[in-house]
Amino acid sequence: MTSLPAPSEKRLGLVIDLDTCVGCHACAVNCKEWNTGAGASPLGDVDAYGGNPSGAWLNRIHTFEVTPADAPAQIVHFPKSCLHCDDAPCVTVCPTGASHKRAEDGIVLVTEDLCIGCGLCAWACPYGAREMDPVENVIKKCTLCVDRIYSETLPEEDRIPACVRTCPSNARHFGDFNDPGSDVSILVAERGGIDLMPEMGTRPVNKYLPPRPKTGPKTRQQTAPANPSAADMPNAEGGFLGWLDAALEKLG
Amino acid sequence: MHPAVSVIFFTVASGAGFGLIFLIGLGFPVGGGSGQAFLISLIGGGLAVAGLLSSTFHLGHPERAWRAFSQWRSSWLSREGIAAVATLMLFGVYVLYWMLIGVRLTVLGGAIALGAALTVFTTSMIYAQLKTVPQWQTLLTPLVYLGFALGSGWLLAASFGDHGAPELWGIVMIALAWAAKWMWWARAGRARLGDLGSSPETATGLGFIGKVRLLEKPHSGDNYLTREMVHRIGRKHARTLRRLSLALGCGVPITILAIAGATGAPPMVNLLAALSMMAGLLAERWLFFAEAEHAVSLYYGHR
Repeated sequence: MTSLPAPSEKRLGLVIDLDTCVGCHACAVNCKEWNTGAGASPLGDVDAYGGNPSGAWLNRIHTFEVTPADAPAQIVHFPKSCLHCDDAPCVTVCPTGASHKRAEDGIVLVTEDLCIGCGLCAWACPYGAREMDPVENVIKKCTLCVDRIYSETLPEEDRIPACVRTCPSNARHFGDFNDPGSDVSILVAERGGIDLMPEMGTRPVNKYLPPRPKTGPKTRQQTAPANPSAADMPNAEGGFLGWLDAALEKLG
Repeated sequence: MHPAVSVIFFTVASGAGFGLIFLIGLGFPVGGGSGQAFLISLIGGGLAVAGLLSSTFHLGHPERAWRAFSQWRSSWLSREGIAAVATLMLFGVYVLYWMLIGVRLTVLGGAIALGAALTVFTTSMIYAQLKTVPQWQTLLTPLVYLGFALGSGWLLAASFGDHGAPELWGIVMIALAWAAKWMWWARAGRARLGDLGSSPETATGLGFIGKVRLLEKPHSGDNYLTREMVHRIGRKHARTLRRLSLALGCGVPITILAIAGATGAPPMVNLLAALSMMAGLLAERWLFFAEAEHAVSLYYGHR
């Protein structure tokens, strides 16, 4: 059912610490490995070893440059995966019931056998947390490693999401946000965890811990202003788009 | 947003088809016996079906499309599928009765007209519901879709029916539909992500430190997100395409209608106006997708 369930007793999710993330991409790699090699269907790739590789990943690490008004720019590595929103728009738009939010723990999942690959859920998500598998033509997304956290065969210490298990800088934490005594709740309270794009009204469960203020002597010197030259427009090559591109060019 | 040809064709063709079905259901005069009844119904139903079939090419798994009838409680896409199929089934009964018995059932026709209008409305709401694309999230979007469906449907009805003097009404409908679109465009210019308070700063939550700029993408090549939601090639010729859509979709059909109305040309001349309008709407629909900014683009350094 793609209607959202009543608030769940548990609200499982991640806390991502932007202060300690070093941008190594290990969480993304381990996510890809676990979700390709474990019981679930693999995360597809096309042209994986060729010149134009592309594939489905459930976790992506962006790197941003943040420039204060009176100090040099700083680099922030920014891992991004499904935020398992309380008010998940990706769930309600689904026409088949494939996309759903679990009543027991709030995890947002896709039942792949029901997915028709329309992509509307990916359009509805402001965070880019859903990707079309180029091989299976269904939508893939973070499962919060539902096959690890409830596993009865994995060693106790492995019953956490693969990204959390592998992070070498302890920048990812997993837990129940409805339990005020959980690690994630305490971290969010102590460090002022924030929501991404709160204006979208999605009420994400996952929280981000902002970088701590820089210490040490402040330089007053500004970095060279970034040159915001107009983004150069790409050219379509070949095919229908290429033809259209050339035809419209002639029209002016 | 990526302007997928299958979806552009779908929204234009099924819009015109359901527009024509709407008018037939309301009793648009059609003379010439069962042959003409068959022809005009084939055009309405054919365009609607061709559009719906085209939309399934957009799916990763078209063979599972029937599952989309299940989630009408929450999903506009599901509602659209149900409205479209129910309307077409009722329309089939209506046309059979019309051809075999020679009677047009008024009450059934009314239900079909309502169904056709609902179908176009639900199509438009698939886009208008998305908070992630502020340019689409307005009631002007259904207004534009309904206006264009009625306008192009009227031109088709005028070509194959026997209204007598459809030209003046046609001009009024086309002008009103484009007036709505003009308002839509004016709003879209003011309803970009930044205008509604979304920025790389809110997307990352780092605005409290300073100005946020993407330094490095998570991946060296393209991915589904950048192809689908951070698509910019389609905007390159936006100005040309907008002029093209206005000329073919508005100027040419109104001119043809005016000439046809003044000279008493045969109704089939209106078909030229219909074809021109639909060509103009293809350009308009291309821009509807290509110019739309998706929130995900904030994570990729674009709008």
